[in-house]
Amino acid sequence: MLVFAVKRFGVAVLVALTVSILSFSMMYLSGDPAIALAGEGSSQEDIENVRRVYGFDRPIIVQYGDWLWNALHGNLGHSNYLKSDVASVIFERLPTTMLLGACALGFALVLSIPLGVVAAIRPNSLIDRVALTIAVIGQAMPSFWFALTMILWFSITWRLLPITGTDSWKNFIMPSIALGYYVTPAVMRLTRAGMLEVLSSDYIRTARAKGLRPMTVLFKHALRNAIIPVVSLAAVQFGFMLGGSIVIETIFAINGLGFLAWESILRADLPMMQAIVLVLSVFYIFLTFFADMLNAFLDPRIRVA
Amino acid sequence: MTDTVSTERPAQAQVNAEMMEPSPGTLLRRRIFGHAGFMIGAVVLGTIFLMAILAPVISPHDPYDQVLARKLIPPIWHESAKATWEHPLGTDHLGRDYLSRLFHGAQISLLIGFAAMLISGVIGTTIGVLAGYFGGRVDMVVNFIVTTRLSMPVVLVALAVVSLVGSSLTMVIWVLGLLIWDRFAVVMRSATQQVRNLDFVTSAQAVGCSTPRIIFAEIMPNIANSLIVIATIEMAHAILLEAALSFLGLGVQPPEPSWGLMIAEAKGMMFFDSWLIVIPGTALFALVLAINLLGDGLRDVTAPENRN
Amino acid sequence: MSEHILEVNNLAVSIPVPSGMLRPVQNISLHVDRGETLCIVGESGCGKSLTSLAIMDLLPQKAVRTADAIKLAGEELKDARERTMADVRGNRMSMIFQEPMTSLNPAYTVGTQLAEALRRHKPVSANEARDRAIYLLEKVGITAAASRLGQYPHQLSGGLRQRVMIAMALMCGPDLIIADEPTTALDVTIQAQILHLLAELQDEFDMGLILITHDLGVVARIADRVAVMYAGQFVENGTAEQVFGSPAHPYTRGLLDCIPIPGKTSPGERLGAIPGIVPSLVGHMPGCHFASRCPLVSNDCAQQSIPMRDGSGAGHVFRCLLDQKDTEAVSYKGAA
Repeated sequence: MLVFAVKRFGVAVLVALTVSILSFSMMYLSGDPAIALAGEGSSQEDIENVRRVYGFDRPIIVQYGDWLWNALHGNLGHSNYLKSDVASVIFERLPTTMLLGACALGFALVLSIPLGVVAAIRPNSLIDRVALTIAVIGQAMPSFWFALTMILWFSITWRLLPITGTDSWKNFIMPSIALGYYVTPAVMRLTRAGMLEVLSSDYIRTARAKGLRPMTVLFKHALRNAIIPVVSLAAVQFGFMLGGSIVIETIFAINGLGFLAWESILRADLPMMQAIVLVLSVFYIFLTFFADMLNAFLDPRIRVA
Repeated sequence: MTDTVSTERPAQAQVNAEMMEPSPGTLLRRRIFGHAGFMIGAVVLGTIFLMAILAPVISPHDPYDQVLARKLIPPIWHESAKATWEHPLGTDHLGRDYLSRLFHGAQISLLIGFAAMLISGVIGTTIGVLAGYFGGRVDMVVNFIVTTRLSMPVVLVALAVVSLVGSSLTMVIWVLGLLIWDRFAVVMRSATQQVRNLDFVTSAQAVGCSTPRIIFAEIMPNIANSLIVIATIEMAHAILLEAALSFLGLGVQPPEPSWGLMIAEAKGMMFFDSWLIVIPGTALFALVLAINLLGDGLRDVTAPENRN
Repeated sequence: MSEHILEVNNLAVSIPVPSGMLRPVQNISLHVDRGETLCIVGESGCGKSLTSLAIMDLLPQKAVRTADAIKLAGEELKDARERTMADVRGNRMSMIFQEPMTSLNPAYTVGTQLAEALRRHKPVSANEARDRAIYLLEKVGITAAASRLGQYPHQLSGGLRQRVMIAMALMCGPDLIIADEPTTALDVTIQAQILHLLAELQDEFDMGLILITHDLGVVARIADRVAVMYAGQFVENGTAEQVFGSPAHPYTRGLLDCIPIPGKTSPGERLGAIPGIVPSLVGHMPGCHFASRCPLVSNDCAQQSIPMRDGSGAGHVFRCLLDQKDTEAVSYKGAA
């Protein structure tokens, strides 16, 4: 277990480093970052000034080393648009996005795991087919369109929920659903497949032969084993949701990281974009690392090897 | 040895034999035509494909033609005096015919979806097959690349890159194509791993076939099924991503009639003229649903034993 | 006559398949007394396992079970609801399965899984359950029993796992144990130990035991009564001496010819084989199931359904139109 953890952690760090190189090189995608940062129509003098202040005149490798060194110390640069420290803005907005992501994941899991379990208990039954249909339809629905449709019904037609903002828990209902529903099909299918496999296993027959109650067999013996891969999937999907929150936060004007990312992209606020990509990627990397650890912990065959 | 210790289950073998009576071809045809999802998907996708191909011919108006005097005409099923058969789906805020824009928008969605899928398919399949075939270090490196790619948020990176290099149809295709190869790589890798250990690959190696020959002649035909299924999934994925990028204003640029862009442009008017977002949204939904149904159907039809 | 621990009358299982109704188990009647070992023998796929699952009411969902009687210590269970059956299973009748490697839940410790079996049925404390588990683990020959309780199944060998399964079956002190080929998946050296253990425990706890196997060597050593199964039906049923000493059904004779039996088969003797294949059990099949492979087949065999009959009046029943003496000539030796 310890060896596995150390190895896995090493890979995570290596991936994080690679991602940092990629985020850093985003700066050069537009050609000369000094021109991009100074803004359109700036004078040659301004551009040279920016180049000196940001250190773009140094060799790239030195710039990267410097940037990484600063990033490791929590200094992600300075946003010349917001006239503020990038890191502090990001960590101010991050909790909102995390909350949204958690609500969305919660919604997805609460919906998909029971559906997956029921579908597995009665494969090819009506419930199974309905669940499968929901999954297929859900996967085809563009999230932004789904969000707009919900606004149309719940906010405009029935006036039940507020459209924008983050003032109350009601503000989070539609965004959470819009962000979370896309995950439900995958979790549902995995739960269903896992439960189908586990339910036909020998140890479930043993549990029944012991005379255990159906609920005990189902939850204590079957779901406990079927849920292990779902944990990893949920972590991966949580990471994807944080990245995907950009669309949803934009629609509902939720002042989180996604909205910030969209704003900085529109303003060509390079240091901010770079930092957000880096923060979200690194968060994802360590999220999956902890998911793997949790996975190993849940499976005694790995934990007590 | 005697029957008493034989491992074969005769009764069951016989049952299987009886089930296998019709020829494989008949069975395949029966499965295809008996598969409702596959048929629905094929019909809807075929219709949208025809719409795209025939867009210049069947469009009642020029999709770019602005007639401000005729703006925001509702579609014909609206009980409004303004609704007219001249614009069956109405017009947008600039007076452009919505039906014509919908037809031309199908071209954009299909083109971007197909081209991005092709690019990502080539990248993903190449590295996936290499990793699966050679294993060892190659596999480790590919695994690392895929992990790195997965850790970067697609929509965010796509938006950032498009905003930095400038957005155009070609750029959107390339950015998406270069971003969404991960699933191809993962699935092709495991498919190749399964096939490469089978006896016919070993015998091909034994008789001295070259590695490229083994990969193209022995392995590729056997992983083609899963390749096609992933291709449908990724095409749908690319179409959804393009729509999202265009919706956020960083994909296909106005005045092009991308469905995502049409929804974005209509967003401000959704309070009064909700059909402006309902129509392109439904089209997008139908297209993606059709491709997914087709892909699910293909998987069921080609590999009935994996249906669960 | 004392009450049988288990009495089964005319048990049948049918499973709908695309080509019709599969009838893998038909007209099974049997009884087991306290302290008695009934061995059900037959080749793979003859319906032995399904018979045992049918008695436990653990058949797959699609399978349909019918019976005139399934009585456990006199209590009729054939129409019992799932709830009643769940109270019976693991409590008054337990089962041991063929695959010890996969029959224990990988997520829980041995101790948890043992205690659970007892606490489900009896109002005992966790400590009492633990003591019982340790006692039984020692009984089944596991050393350092207390420390095994904290281990997970993957940390144990196949032999140990099967011992744990046996201990688990004994937790509630059942009246009857059904063991479905409990040694097939184990090393040859361990097979004998496990069977020995089963026989010992059965004696000690005075339980009925149904042992399902295709290993006639095992049967010859530990069976009190033997039922020979072929293509879904019992073809012969009697005491071990009756079935082995004077087999009546041509199939039983064939089976005995095919297997070396300690003390009966002389060194260097050639073993036999039964020609032909087992018939399909889809649809209704009149007549003798063995007719197509029987050297003594006559026109009558395929016509009518053939009941079990007692040829000698000593409880030795068989499903053949011929008498025991008529089949003596059957020999498969050298037929292969």
